Amino acid sequence: MEAHRLVTPAQPGQEARIGVYVCKCGANIGKVVDCEKVAGSVAGIEGVVVAKDVGYACSEPGQQQIKDDIVNLNLDRIVVASCSPRLHEPTFRQMLVSAGLNPYLLEMANLREQCSWVHMHEPEAATAKAIDLVKMSISRVRLLAPLKEETIPLTKRTLVLGGGVAGIQAALDLADNGFDVVLVEKQPSIGGVMAQLDKTFPTMDCSI
Amino acid sequence: MTDVGRHPRITLYTMSEVVDVKGYVGNFEVNILKKARYVVEGECTACGECSKVCPVVRPDEFNLGLSSRKAIYSPFPQAVPSSYVININECLGDNPSVCAKCVQACEKQCINFHMSDEQITEKVGSIVVATGLSPYDPTEHDEYGYTRFQNVLTSLEFERLVNAGGPSQGEVIRPTDRKIPKSVGFIQCVGSRSARKGAAYCSNVCCMNTVKSTLMLKEHYPDIDVKVFYIDIRAFGKGFEDLYLRSRRAGAQYIRGLPGSVEENPDGGLSVAVENTATGKLEIHDLDMLVLAVGLEPAPSTQRLQEMLGLQLTPDGFYLEAHPKLQPVDAATRGVFYAGCAEGPKDIKESVTQASAAAARAIRLMHKGEITTDPITSEVITEHCKACGRCAEVCPYNAITVDPKKKIPAVVNTAACAGCGTCGAECPFGAIVMNHYTDQQITNQVDTMLSEDPKAKILVFACNWCSYAGADYAGVSRLQYPANARLIRTMCSGRVDEEFVWRGFELGAPAILVSGCHIGDCHYIDANHWTEKRIHKMWKKMDKLGIRKERLQLEWISAAEGIRFAQVMQRMDDLRQSVTQEEIYETVEALKKRKKKKNI
Repeated sequence: MEAHRLVTPAQPGQEARIGVYVCKCGANIGKVVDCEKVAGSVAGIEGVVVAKDVGYACSEPGQQQIKDDIVNLNLDRIVVASCSPRLHEPTFRQMLVSAGLNPYLLEMANLREQCSWVHMHEPEAATAKAIDLVKMSISRVRLLAPLKEETIPLTKRTLVLGGGVAGIQAALDLADNGFDVVLVEKQPSIGGVMAQLDKTFPTMDCSI
Repeated sequence: MTDVGRHPRITLYTMSEVVDVKGYVGNFEVNILKKARYVVEGECTACGECSKVCPVVRPDEFNLGLSSRKAIYSPFPQAVPSSYVININECLGDNPSVCAKCVQACEKQCINFHMSDEQITEKVGSIVVATGLSPYDPTEHDEYGYTRFQNVLTSLEFERLVNAGGPSQGEVIRPTDRKIPKSVGFIQCVGSRSARKGAAYCSNVCCMNTVKSTLMLKEHYPDIDVKVFYIDIRAFGKGFEDLYLRSRRAGAQYIRGLPGSVEENPDGGLSVAVENTATGKLEIHDLDMLVLAVGLEPAPSTQRLQEMLGLQLTPDGFYLEAHPKLQPVDAATRGVFYAGCAEGPKDIKESVTQASAAAARAIRLMHKGEITTDPITSEVITEHCKACGRCAEVCPYNAITVDPKKKIPAVVNTAACAGCGTCGAECPFGAIVMNHYTDQQITNQVDTMLSEDPKAKILVFACNWCSYAGADYAGVSRLQYPANARLIRTMCSGRVDEEFVWRGFELGAPAILVSGCHIGDCHYIDANHWTEKRIHKMWKKMDKLGIRKERLQLEWISAAEGIRFAQVMQRMDDLRQSVTQEEIYETVEALKKRKKKKNI
């Protein structure tokens, strides 16, 4: 499968260098949405250096292709038009990092959950919607700023509230793994309701 | 239990309650109030000499009042810590001249009346909430006569009677005559699965607990008659069905139907009237003893703790998890985890499993000794800030400090900020930048979407956690709906600034939807309350501007409501079609005037 390829040569002094990847997700998107058309219709937009459709963007070769483009075409912002960001945003953010970009310079357009799967019988309307969503993503990605995660120190200690069977188990698991535990119980003894029981189901063994 | 008492890494505070929690994930500061025990914990050997001489006799809570204890007592033989305790409200006085018999009896001299309550501060990185349950009080079920007839017991009281270590040494005896009953009935679902009394949910453990009790009775007294009145027997777990069949084979009778009334016979027995729904006949069963299988309710401390830690509750009153399937022990507040019945009624095995899961999740968070904070947080442009205090007022996490009186501009504590963006939407001076969801970034999306053929499109704002996820769920379910909507994702509906909506209408959008989590389910505690208030305000403004307010819709769609999302999309498209070109033109004109007036 030869991917549809439109490469705009780099302009000197241009601010954003955007790569747009329209994923077919096999037939999941490709069967309904005309992915080539989507890529083609955004190719001329200012800042879009490359726009192409890919078989599976999330796959190893799919990601490699994007990573190569980031390096070879000097891209600094990526739009992946594929599935829900709730699924693969972490995947593609990681991809950006491994290609040397800040992970927050990514934007996803949701062509699967919001186009091909829900407008299965209206391929034209689904494609038109997909084009809009990708254009919206391009206008957004242009303005995204790199963000930096901060690292803050953490107290390696856990407060367990309640000394019933759940609290006891959590406290012991944590403590046995080398973490200090503060166990707070309202009553004069731990044990909770379980300590009041006689036998327990389904094995009829003692509770204490 | 004893493992906890002697574990070098566990600091155990009994008779203690958390009174205040400050801070955020990784760095919580917890204030604990430890009530005085009046017996030195490490010294007391639990010899019991003090108890022998104590003249005060009170009902024993551990045995639910079925036996008595003294004012100085051990909660139960296996208690951890094993130390005795004085109930100071019952004790005759801390002045030795009044009584002080226990002080004289204690050879080790570990009774100390000068002990006082302690305030303890602990620093922790994570919190496991395992506050447990409270058994349902069946008083309101007056038809079962719990408060009127002594031989009507709760399942927990029965549990103490049948326990070898209990007040009757394991003999099941009737409270009225201390005789072993010849027949015992169990009424199921007391306080559960009812729209009228108690809770609507199933309490999960009562069926199997009763099945277990019937077997115990049959083992102790093979000739005893055992009858169970039930709606359904829910024996869904591993080994449960086996146990249920064993109970039936042992001779326990299962009668489908909940009793309508219980009356006491002269001999202290109980006459139970029930409609057997299997036969459709009214039956009267005479029983020597009746046990009410009471349901499980959230612990009384639940709500106080919920407010203290910024947690969420289900409508049933138990804690709400961050995700019902994928994060079942995480709270939406980072660094807080649930274990046991605090999260919902469950049995011991499930409680233990969940507790181990909660421990593993806490370890996963803490093991590196540092945490990375999500950079999607808000930021204040100090020069623009007028210190009005609005942002701090709306922040669900108290992550913003500002002093309106002294005019000290706002500062965001980025570690505490969860990134809902409500402050950004509410700031009247544009002084807050919500990183990754800036005004300009979102406006750009709106502009692009409406640049061509706006009349054909519906602008939808969807929050990441519920409504956007609901749209995903509609997709996964292949639900088909009109292709006119274009979604803009924000982390929370609280981020949707009034201006985004005006902008949409100004550019000719026929219909706009703002959607978020249901009230009470907001991923950012209660940020969507501000969404609701804002939209209500906008409707009033639309009225004044002569814009039909139906064109702006507000919907709460949860992550599980794919069907609802598709229905809303259909409704939105019907609405869109009802909007005429003239109407859009008038709106655009009205908004132009508004802009001029406001000088934006």
